Amino acid sequence: MSETVSSNQAQSLAAEGIAVQLRSNKKIMWEKFLQHKLAVVASIFLLLLATLCFLAPVIAPYEFDAIDLYNIRSAPSMKHLLGTDALGRDLLTRLLFGGRISITIGLTAALLGSFVGTVIGSSAGYFGGRIDNLLMRFTDLAYSIPTLPLIIVISSYSNTQAFGIVVIIGLFSWMQTARVVRGAILSVKENEYVTAARALGAKDRLIILRHVLPNISNSIIVGATLGVGNAIITESSLSFLGLGVSPPTPTWGNMLMDSQATMASQPWLTVFPGMAILLTVLCVNFIGDGLQDALDPTL
Amino acid sequence: MSNIQKQKPLLEVVDLKQHFPIESGFIIKRQVGAVRAVDGISFTVNEGETLGIVGESGCGKSTTVRSIAQLYKPTSGSVIFDGIDLVNAPKEQMLDARKNIQMIFQDPYASLDPRMTVRSIIGEPLEIYRKRGMLDPSIDKEVIEKRVEELMERVGLNRAFKNRYPHEFSGGQRQRIGIARALALNPKIILADEPVSALDVSIQSQILNLLHDLQKEFGLTYVFIAHDLAVIEYISTRVAVMYLGKIMELSRSADLYKNPLHPYTKALLSAAPIPDPEIERKRKRIILTGDVPSPNKERFGCYFYDRCPHRMEKCKTNIPPMKRIDENHEVACWLYE
Repeated sequence: MSETVSSNQAQSLAAEGIAVQLRSNKKIMWEKFLQHKLAVVASIFLLLLATLCFLAPVIAPYEFDAIDLYNIRSAPSMKHLLGTDALGRDLLTRLLFGGRISITIGLTAALLGSFVGTVIGSSAGYFGGRIDNLLMRFTDLAYSIPTLPLIIVISSYSNTQAFGIVVIIGLFSWMQTARVVRGAILSVKENEYVTAARALGAKDRLIILRHVLPNISNSIIVGATLGVGNAIITESSLSFLGLGVSPPTPTWGNMLMDSQATMASQPWLTVFPGMAILLTVLCVNFIGDGLQDALDPTL
Repeated sequence: MSNIQKQKPLLEVVDLKQHFPIESGFIIKRQVGAVRAVDGISFTVNEGETLGIVGESGCGKSTTVRSIAQLYKPTSGSVIFDGIDLVNAPKEQMLDARKNIQMIFQDPYASLDPRMTVRSIIGEPLEIYRKRGMLDPSIDKEVIEKRVEELMERVGLNRAFKNRYPHEFSGGQRQRIGIARALALNPKIILADEPVSALDVSIQSQILNLLHDLQKEFGLTYVFIAHDLAVIEYISTRVAVMYLGKIMELSRSADLYKNPLHPYTKALLSAAPIPDPEIERKRKRIILTGDVPSPNKERFGCYFYDRCPHRMEKCKTNIPPMKRIDENHEVACWLYE
């Protein structure tokens, strides 16, 4: 309804020589995201990479645990495009299969961590006082526990695969976000528009969701993008210790770890999984950058 | 002016105190004192009038209106609006009454959420009360949309700009958005917390005229804070002069400027420059010595004692009550016993 009204207005205003934009806000955001070229390229690349990885069972040239005894530790060739590892398994195949797990773990664990961190950080920052004290001391506590040993203990009791690892990594990576979000909220909540909303009788939940969080989305997005890289790396440490995804199932992390000893003699075993992690993290960062620009109407 | 006196008071503030605790201690906090931002003030606001509140920075002007709007829980006293004591009323009743009390804020940049479009900013009060079920059920999204456009036109904004964000407007236009938001719920009284002090002088007069016109059109009542005496003189029916959380003098606007009684009011008025260099050079100003004392300690004498040029022994130990000098003029000073 409003669209028809405003288009009538637009005509009458156009007659007066006033330029009127009739784009909706979602469309403006989308256009702004598209203007961020790096973010667009990164999204396309990441989408392509993810599609290839999830189609691995269909498109991969070999089985991920198929052993080619004639081509052990062979350099990239026509037969094995990215070479083979110490057991003669095709690296490209393993990279594609590994990507399924690594990308899933990276994105979902980072999302989970950011969500928990945002909830805890925003409650602490917004309500302040005792709640703040309690939640932040809890955060300090969680921070001071050496994460890796604890994850190792927990994961040794839960013999789940990817899902369990997502939950474990997610639940141990929220502290930084919580602190950053709390700090940002402390400054944003002093703005007069928050007072104005309170004067209008808005409930706390509405104020947090409508007025406070959108204005600190930058910090949350930065935290989340950094979290993706951390989650992939943490997963690889776990896999290295034999507590993550167990062999022979490949992940980028355990492929990287396996190749450590032979980095000098067979560099492709290190370079390709490393590149895959690097590119994914980089893409997520660029997308996060574009998202920040798109969400901020003042830019 | 007796017709103003006969009007019924719309808002009545009775011995309002707003103290903010000063806490110290790690983990276990204990109160070591209080900032007495507002320390027992009483006044009434009649329907259709404008009560101006003046005073220097930190005298408790803003705190007073925020306490009236129940943004803080007052330490003691009551705020009676339309027969309901907002301080002690149950929350639902308070919210329902507060629909009629809206605020305009000082900073047109900070008081509008930068991530919301103009339409959602102006429509927000309606949305909030609609969700609470405190509005007429016939008010739906389309009605709100219409109302937003209506309001924008009324405050002098082109309604085609409703999809824009606050940063795309100038300071004066932003203040108009803030005014439209305050009008959205058809309030009876508007608390304006220095609504023009952040604006250019030329824009100030536009906004003041707009507020003036709106008052006539909708029969609004204003409580208007400013530190600019000329602004207060222009807009106010009556003026309250505040110092250190207390009202020093309360008078009809014209009387106050012609015949200030309280030594503080005299000093305040003499501090305002006169826009004529000849007169300005010749006139004698009253210069107060010292700074505004700390509002943290409890006082047993006149709050202005430390800086008063006419202080007497009596002032040190006795707080002067508000004394009615004539029908429209009250002052809290022992000089007028």
